[in-house]
Amino acid sequence: MTAVTDRQKLAYIAQQAADARVNVELETEGMTLNLGPQHPATHGTLRIVARLDGEQVISADPIMGYMHRGYEKLSEVRNYAQITTLVNRIDWLGSFANEVPFILAAERLMGVEAPPRAKWIRTILFEMARIANIGLFLGEMGLQVGAVSPTFYAFRDREFVLNQIEAVTGGRFHPNFDRIGGLKDDLPKGWIADTKAVMVRMAEFCDLMEDLLLGSEIFEARCRGIGVIPPDVALQYGLSGANLRASGIDWDLRRDANHGLLAYDDVEFKVYTHPDGDSFARFWVRLQEVREAIKIVEQLCDGLPSGSIQAKVPRIIKVPAGEAFVSTENPLGEMGYYIVSKGDLNPFRVKIRSASFNNVSIVPWLLRGVYVPDIITILGSLYFILGDIDR
Amino acid sequence: MIGLQLAYWQETILRIVIGLAALLGLTGAVVYLYLFKFVSFMQSRLGPMEAGPYGSLQLLAEVGKWLQKEDVFTERADRFVFAASPFVVILSTFMLFVVVPGGPGDEVAHMSNSLLYALAISAISVLGILMAGWSSANKYALLGGLRAAGQLVAYELPMILAVVGVVIQAGTLNLQEIVAAQSSGGIFGWGGIGNPYILTQFVGFIVFLIAMQAELTQTPFDMPVAESELVAGYMVEYTGIRFLVYFIAEFATAVGFSAIAATLFLGGWGLPESWGIGRGAMHVIGPLVVIVKAVLLTGVVFWVRFTFPRFREDQLQRLAWKFLIPISLANIVVTAVLKVVF
Amino acid sequence: MEKVPHVSTTDTPEETVEVEPDELREGLVAQLGELLGDSLLDHAILPGVDLTVRVANEAWAQAAEELRYVLGARYFCFLSALDWMPSPYGRYLDAEVDKVLAAEAGESVDKEPEPMVSGVCGGDTRLQVFARFSNVKSHWGITVKADVTSDDDPRIGTLTKVFAGADWHEREAWEMFGITFDGHPGLRHLYLPSDFEGHPLRKDFPLLARIVKPWPGIVDVEPMPVVESADGPAADAAAATDEGDAS
Repeated sequence: MTAVTDRQKLAYIAQQAADARVNVELETEGMTLNLGPQHPATHGTLRIVARLDGEQVISADPIMGYMHRGYEKLSEVRNYAQITTLVNRIDWLGSFANEVPFILAAERLMGVEAPPRAKWIRTILFEMARIANIGLFLGEMGLQVGAVSPTFYAFRDREFVLNQIEAVTGGRFHPNFDRIGGLKDDLPKGWIADTKAVMVRMAEFCDLMEDLLLGSEIFEARCRGIGVIPPDVALQYGLSGANLRASGIDWDLRRDANHGLLAYDDVEFKVYTHPDGDSFARFWVRLQEVREAIKIVEQLCDGLPSGSIQAKVPRIIKVPAGEAFVSTENPLGEMGYYIVSKGDLNPFRVKIRSASFNNVSIVPWLLRGVYVPDIITILGSLYFILGDIDR
Repeated sequence: MIGLQLAYWQETILRIVIGLAALLGLTGAVVYLYLFKFVSFMQSRLGPMEAGPYGSLQLLAEVGKWLQKEDVFTERADRFVFAASPFVVILSTFMLFVVVPGGPGDEVAHMSNSLLYALAISAISVLGILMAGWSSANKYALLGGLRAAGQLVAYELPMILAVVGVVIQAGTLNLQEIVAAQSSGGIFGWGGIGNPYILTQFVGFIVFLIAMQAELTQTPFDMPVAESELVAGYMVEYTGIRFLVYFIAEFATAVGFSAIAATLFLGGWGLPESWGIGRGAMHVIGPLVVIVKAVLLTGVVFWVRFTFPRFREDQLQRLAWKFLIPISLANIVVTAVLKVVF
Repeated sequence: MEKVPHVSTTDTPEETVEVEPDELREGLVAQLGELLGDSLLDHAILPGVDLTVRVANEAWAQAAEELRYVLGARYFCFLSALDWMPSPYGRYLDAEVDKVLAAEAGESVDKEPEPMVSGVCGGDTRLQVFARFSNVKSHWGITVKADVTSDDDPRIGTLTKVFAGADWHEREAWEMFGITFDGHPGLRHLYLPSDFEGHPLRKDFPLLARIVKPWPGIVDVEPMPVVESADGPAADAAAATDEGDAS
């Protein structure tokens, strides 16, 4: 840990010097390698045009938009209930988490507050979306560096969480469960006990991933010191979530913002940071994040308040004029909605601040000077979802 | 073979048929046993279950599918080289198979320095892979081909050096004689299990297995075909029957190297002489023994393949040059000294 | 678009929440006022929650710089733009529902032209740029708005020299709103094909799919129940149901 700052500095200098160094010294002809849009490592349709010298990247330019669905424009012609369906599709692995900040922003504009039970159930589902999402990352990171089996374990165990989400919301992937002022339904009978059993299982899954990947010297060799992001650069690019915390910045919106909007004030959890800022640190932080999420769900299940799940709201939702920005700590990072309302059935403008867009915007900076295999490690460890970039 | 008088050309054809049958049969068995089932169970899934009992005919279905597919050439591919490369690779594999002894005097091709031949001929596959990488007119294939060339050349060396220990101990380069030396030998005079060289050449065995994994471009040394970055490396443009040939070559080579490793370190077809099994019976038992050993070693290959992440190219080279080669050189020195002392 | 009566739009949430003044955010505004002088045009505080300021066009990059280096808002959240022109298309064919509602409520069905109103902190131009920064140490965020130079040739300074991460956000705002960021290293298309014409997020850019065909969810819907009282949503507790489901 003591050598961290030196290592960071060295990596930083090396990356800055890379493009100057490579071609001047060797005078070789470069090659343009086109990764994607159909490429197994890009989780969808991200395309990266990389200039290579041998296997070293001189410059990398991500090209997006193959999946741009224009949600910001569509939101302007839909009413609030319809937009919830829309934003579900942004980060499709943790869909429920997408709805929450949007609903919270609309609630702030309307001046309504969900009853405590609704808040708690929202938080439970939010954290379960996180477990499902990052749980898959843990396995997939193995796949990116070449270990096939962890992916299968991740898909297997994620299914238990999805089953629980489905039991409440009716949808495995796209719950569309959040309503302004509350939730669509209450929890089904016996759900709490089942969920606790699932959480025990997920805790075992975390241990398994730690054994399989963190404990593997090859994994460590592939990830340590790869894709180092110094804290200041991370802040400049607006990296959020585990990517930011892996650079040593202690910033978690669950703890540091949105007081009273969700049930995080009532539970004990720890926010993990890592000083290294490399791919390994990002994996480690995410692993701990899943463990903390499991603890949060267990605590919330124990102390679930009774009462209504829906505040009094008009049957037709017309949000008063105003502007509000609410962001929450989503599985991928900070996800926020800037809603401008003019008192209509539909918002006047919705700016979607998605985590992956910022997280990926650092890629050109980060990929300079790395080797082709490291592109995959870095992209994997930054962990983005295409729907979250392209919106 | 046994008591049968055949013309030279008849015998040659018979040998080729036996060799091909061994190659295809063993490859099929290994693919079903390990790639389809063993790995599926490792990953908590069932694997193919529909075609035949427990999916045992799945491989035939797959082969049928590949044979039907269009044989695609990329527009700017060097057509002749592109078309030929899978066959170069499988030729190297087949020629590796022909020297694996399956019983007393039972091998497809007799030669005195068969070990030297096996190590030399296995290196030809690099040529085929490089041909594929270069002729595909695809950057991924090129990167994969070049990586493969670098890797295979680098791991050829520790493999040969690991074998030298066995050669010193057995005092011969003939695989049959190495088998004989193991089954007739004894541990400090006790011949209950013969003297398989895995006991005395354990370091060599491990180095050989690692180098073998790398030669096969299996994880953790599968940089050349790394599917999450190079998609399929040098194989990326191949479809249909040519891909099938590559596929067979990949797993056949795994069996072939495993058979060589079984012969060198595990006693090959031989059973300890003290068990008193006759030479005639060994013609039947011998092939079974060596097949079982080879298939078990192939299992290790797949076990490792589906457990570990993969090395990066530079880490992989570092492992070969800085770790495996020194250790196998040390092994040679120690073996040589002990050989003189005892 | 204004078919159904609604309560006065000036009723911003700040006024409804009765909290003591927010010292942290007041202090920030005061500090920013010292640093920027007259360039700090307006501010709005949502006590204990949020802060919005509007700065002059020329002071845009300077404001970001002061925020980052002096006030410690080192975290760049996002940058985007707003188009305050009321959409000439309304809600396209979906707006038919509004007519049904308006007719039932006894309102005029005709569409009256809507005036252009800027939102929180006001503004003079149709297009506005806004960005958000956070201080990750003392846990506050600030939204900064600025007008563009003119509606015909909207320009504003780039933030990429202060926050390298503004690069892609400015490219997005450039292609979606047509705002030129002076000094940006390379304004290229981010999402859209490079020969795309028009700026999709501007209000006068038609959403063709909606013009061609109404949203299928809306055409077969039965006329929505009308809000009973004309007092607006907040006061209308009587009509609320447990589902709270608007569609």
